[in-house]
Amino acid sequence: MAVKKISVQGSEEPQKKRYIVVPGEVIVSGEDYLPSDGTRRQGADIVAAKYGLAEEAGMVIRVIPLTGAFVPRRGNQVIGRVSNITMNGWVIDIDWASNAFLPIDESPHFINKNEMDQFLAIGDLMLGKIEGITARGIDLSFDGPGLGKLEGGFSFKVSPNRVPRVIGREGSMINLIKDNTKCDVAVGQNGWCWVYSEDMEGMLKARKAIEMITEKPFVEGLTEKMESWFQENK
Amino acid sequence: MASFKRSDGRKVNELRPMTAKVGVVPNADGSALFAFGDTIAIAAVYGPRLLHPQHMQDPKQATLRVNYDLLSFSVYDRKKPGPSRRSQEISKMTEYALSPVLDLKEFPSTVIDVQIYILQADAGTRTAGINAASMALAHAGLPMKNLVCSVAIGKQDTTVVADLTKEEEDFHEGEGATDFPLAKIANSDQFTLVQLDGNIATELVAEVLEMANETCAEVYEVQKKALKAGATQ
Amino acid sequence: MMGMDISKNTFEAMKTLVEQGKRFDGRALTEYRAVEISYDVSKAAEGSARVRMGKTEVIAGVKLTLDKPYPDSPEKGNLLVSGDLLPLASPRYEVGPPKFDAIELPRLVDRVIRESHVIELDKLVVKAGEKVWTVIIDVYPLNDDGNLVDAAVLAAIAALKQAKMPGVTEAGFPDYKHRTKQAVPLAKELVPLSVTLFKLGNALFIDPTREEAEAAEVKCNFGLTKQGKKHMIHSAQKTGAKPFTQKELETAAILIGEKYDELYDKLKKVL
Repeated sequence: MAVKKISVQGSEEPQKKRYIVVPGEVIVSGEDYLPSDGTRRQGADIVAAKYGLAEEAGMVIRVIPLTGAFVPRRGNQVIGRVSNITMNGWVIDIDWASNAFLPIDESPHFINKNEMDQFLAIGDLMLGKIEGITARGIDLSFDGPGLGKLEGGFSFKVSPNRVPRVIGREGSMINLIKDNTKCDVAVGQNGWCWVYSEDMEGMLKARKAIEMITEKPFVEGLTEKMESWFQENK
Repeated sequence: MASFKRSDGRKVNELRPMTAKVGVVPNADGSALFAFGDTIAIAAVYGPRLLHPQHMQDPKQATLRVNYDLLSFSVYDRKKPGPSRRSQEISKMTEYALSPVLDLKEFPSTVIDVQIYILQADAGTRTAGINAASMALAHAGLPMKNLVCSVAIGKQDTTVVADLTKEEEDFHEGEGATDFPLAKIANSDQFTLVQLDGNIATELVAEVLEMANETCAEVYEVQKKALKAGATQ
Repeated sequence: MMGMDISKNTFEAMKTLVEQGKRFDGRALTEYRAVEISYDVSKAAEGSARVRMGKTEVIAGVKLTLDKPYPDSPEKGNLLVSGDLLPLASPRYEVGPPKFDAIELPRLVDRVIRESHVIELDKLVVKAGEKVWTVIIDVYPLNDDGNLVDAAVLAAIAALKQAKMPGVTEAGFPDYKHRTKQAVPLAKELVPLSVTLFKLGNALFIDPTREEAEAAEVKCNFGLTKQGKKHMIHSAQKTGAKPFTQKELETAAILIGEKYDELYDKLKKVL
């Protein structure tokens, strides 16, 4: 039994059909369909395994969550706060059910074990990459462009599910924000964002822009809307 | 049997007007309100998140921790704050009612906290709580097999009825009242909450279950509609 | 969500911001968020109200019970204010024994109401020395986005002002299902409200979001009424180690009067 489709705006690629589904709801029926993220096969049906936006891209069906906590995956970039220093590295709070750990080797230059807080002290922010998720916890690295300690500025949280919008296709949105506010901007998949500029007004504008982007439910042409907003709010 | 008159004029299988809404607690990962008539429950889900103390963590799966309680002024005779035996028992029953639809193995060593509070009580509080919690869990984006739907089926003398009010729970004529709260996984034959208080002939059980099926299906439609509406907020 | 402690970066940025008289949401330091007050949270309560300040939501309910008076006040009714930081309201609350914030909320609300003498306890006596009414006010935050005490007091007062006395059965027990049309005996001209001042760096501000409240280094809660043209302070409590300067307290004394007037105007519209 096919689900009644409530069509939702915001699809920037018209060939993908999208509608809201609840867990257990049948999305499509047919052996040729392929269940992807957030779905599962139940006999002939593809059924939603989560609440979110069901998307049919050709024969691949997935459900994109719109709400809920961030769940860490390998390769994710996350912003975290140093909560403790041990002999071998820094314990980082990434706002998840277990702590993350940044080994001492990840510091960009050699530091002594008793000088660790000169690089990262408790309360400092960092942008790191998740290298592994084990029973022990989450392992972070600075292996990638832009990763490392975040100096100055401030951080704030948005809904993790909306982070892709803040980045935009190939970074289009985040670059728009950076250009129009003259800020350094970093966004973690865990929903934490960081902005920096010498000009407080620029940072406030960047935060406001990011909050606007993440608070609207679905908006077609979000990039164009933000372009106009930046023009109006020079 | 068909001529039994309920005190509020409802048909035997008629539920009170239901209200449902998601996102009522912005701080939570997922939240919902569900009401059967004057019984109003709100539920908030936080998780998966860190479980303190560490020794309570289960390395195989997430711990589902349900806390149900009545707010002091939800009942005419004020309830002293703090968990009572009754609320502790209902918390556990609710955990049993919800855990079968959750994929707890996906988040080992964590906790999924479900907080349920009754703002206004007119019987059926645990069923309203389960309905709200089920929506809140979905709203929290957790992987779930399906929603869970709950209705307090009952009996007035020898007539099976759905969704008793407090007045109906206090019915004394004939065989008196029986309260038979049930919950099931939507679109299935799996019952996850089974409780009973009163006296009911065994021959009526099949009828009770059938009424539970019909009325839970109505609850499901209300939950689904609220979740779909919630996505565009 | 937002379970993380505040970072040094954000703390420093917020301090700079407030010292410049600005805030993240664009408000002035002494500006309230949108305040909404509504009633009828629970029919089972003799009176109940809901207050929203921005995203903060607190509900309050008033119940009356018949009890023995306290031995040292045989001709007075009783007042009990209770409340809980429900774990529902914030990711920062843990399930388990209450932390200081949880204990402080109902106590501050209690003090604002009790010290103002808004409830005429001597009019709550049914039989001197034997039977009096106890007014019980329960406050519950449902969503914590800062400024809980001020919102809780506003909800409690709104509920009190609207509450009606229960009936009494022939046997002398409260009859909650048959409420009277009689209001709870209150000094009608008194409206106690709470204004909490927060300090970060050398800036004072009111009505913080949760983020701002967590960055604040110290706060001071004031319970006030207005009598004629004068604002009377009935209770005060500084929470936090950092000191307030004399000048700040003098500024505070003027500011809280102005903020009282604003809150009172909002409440008056729904009373």
